[in-house]
Amino acid sequence: MSSSVERFDERARREADRIGTTVVRRGELLRHPVYTRVLHWLVAITFVLSLLSGFAIYSPWLYRFLTPIFGGGAMTRFLHPWFGLFFEVFFLFQFLNWLTPMVWAQSDRRWLKRVKAYTTNEDKIEPADVGFFNGGQKIYFWAIVLSGVLFLITGILMWFDDIFPRWFVAVSYVIHDLAALLMLAGFIIHVYEGTAAAPGTFRSMVSGTVSERWAWTHHPAWYQAVTGRDARESYEREKRRQSDRERAVQEWEREQDGRDQI
Amino acid sequence: MSNPQVFQIQEISAHPGPVPGKGTQRAVQVCKYIDVTTCIGCKACEVACVEWNDHPFRETTFDDTYQTMPSTEWNYWNLIKFAEDERDGNLMWLMRKDQCMHCEDPGCLRACPADGAIIKYENGIVDFNQNNCIGCGYCISGCPFDIPKFNQKTKKVYKCTLCSDRVGQGLEPACIKACPTGCLHFGTKDDMVQIAGLRAKQLQEHSGFANAGVYDPQTIGGTHVIYVLHDINNPERYGLPKAPVIPPSYTYWKWLAKPAGLLMAGLGVLAVFFHRVAIGPRLPQPEQPAPIESQPDPIEAKRKEQP
Repeated sequence: MSSSVERFDERARREADRIGTTVVRRGELLRHPVYTRVLHWLVAITFVLSLLSGFAIYSPWLYRFLTPIFGGGAMTRFLHPWFGLFFEVFFLFQFLNWLTPMVWAQSDRRWLKRVKAYTTNEDKIEPADVGFFNGGQKIYFWAIVLSGVLFLITGILMWFDDIFPRWFVAVSYVIHDLAALLMLAGFIIHVYEGTAAAPGTFRSMVSGTVSERWAWTHHPAWYQAVTGRDARESYEREKRRQSDRERAVQEWEREQDGRDQI
Repeated sequence: MSNPQVFQIQEISAHPGPVPGKGTQRAVQVCKYIDVTTCIGCKACEVACVEWNDHPFRETTFDDTYQTMPSTEWNYWNLIKFAEDERDGNLMWLMRKDQCMHCEDPGCLRACPADGAIIKYENGIVDFNQNNCIGCGYCISGCPFDIPKFNQKTKKVYKCTLCSDRVGQGLEPACIKACPTGCLHFGTKDDMVQIAGLRAKQLQEHSGFANAGVYDPQTIGGTHVIYVLHDINNPERYGLPKAPVIPPSYTYWKWLAKPAGLLMAGLGVLAVFFHRVAIGPRLPQPEQPAPIESQPDPIEAKRKEQP
């Protein structure tokens, strides 16, 4: 089973790379291939549509704001399950695509223990054992998997409410909401971390690449795995290079100043 | 709906004596009272309902009873339910006219997410406005009596209106008008409760139904359709829930937990925004030196040093 999934993923990535391109420039690393990027945005678009159409029905306070976007209440009601279904399908592929790097590891538990230091930016560089995805990203991934399953089951129960007993809808209604709130919480953090909180991250999902500096800062173990170089050493070397350059510039300026005085 | 209180006479010119009808209070709460003990199962009310509401003829379902179909339908709002029961070793045939109960605390209205799809009038009638209905079907699961029904073609939900169009014009509902035995009554809630109480007492004292009583379930604040039953302790025998309740999903969850969740989501957005403002981003390390333009100008700095 798992090998056939891997074979499928391999083929999908190869085919996607054949159609699309990823330009990796000097000092950059390939982070997300075309297949992953396309899947990510398909999931993202269908998620946002599901979220907005769902929250239109979620609360009377949002109903008037959000239903006009989708062409009125009845249309919102009609579209929401379809948005959700497409989200489920696209996420299923992303799930298979990311199953291997998302497996929970010991290092993730250590990451989770110092999540407070992470949020307050105490450490400039992540610990050496943080791999392709950190603990937080993995939690978000598995929260989506859990929510996705809950959405699917409760969504079908509410969609085909004439087949099932009436109390199924009343129960599903609450579970569907809980799954949505869980995902919304993760989504807020995800969007923030992917854009304003960690500059250089967003382009990994657009162009597919990140700078080496970004890689050794945020995912040192992954940096080491793809480049073969130690993340800490690379960081120290870059720091030395920077200070050397600065010193050289200062020296040159001093020289210039001296020449001016003569 | 016309409002008779607006045209209630207050003063009359050159009129000797008191103004007739002055200061009278009109009871607005309406009620349908069904005496199941005098129902003969003629189904005249079913026909009257279909006729008045202009519903098309629909096929009936025969399932070894006298019942027209198993349950009310989107275009069949009034259905006499037949149940076979036993009393003193003899058959007792129970007939109950089933329709919307017009609850004081309507579960359908609590469950509905669409603005203006379900309305409750001052007089107690709960009415659906299909123009605003989005067809989600939540009302179906919110109703303790399984009354609202979905129409697959129009994708809207329908149910008995207590003939709000007739009541608004001062007429009684169509089913009441059609009843030949007088087991159906319509009037103010107070009057109906009183008549029903008298009838229940009569049944207790003169007809040997010691447990006869009025079905007006207080778990949902009472209903605007009340029954007199032979045995008030077992309304289940007539297919009525003893203590109907609205699922907590549409009460506590909808009006407490949902706004709380929304508030938390809003706070979450604010939290990440102020994280960026106060703590700032995690930049790739080592940070690139700032571009030369934004560094302090060394010449300018030197000039300041020299007076």
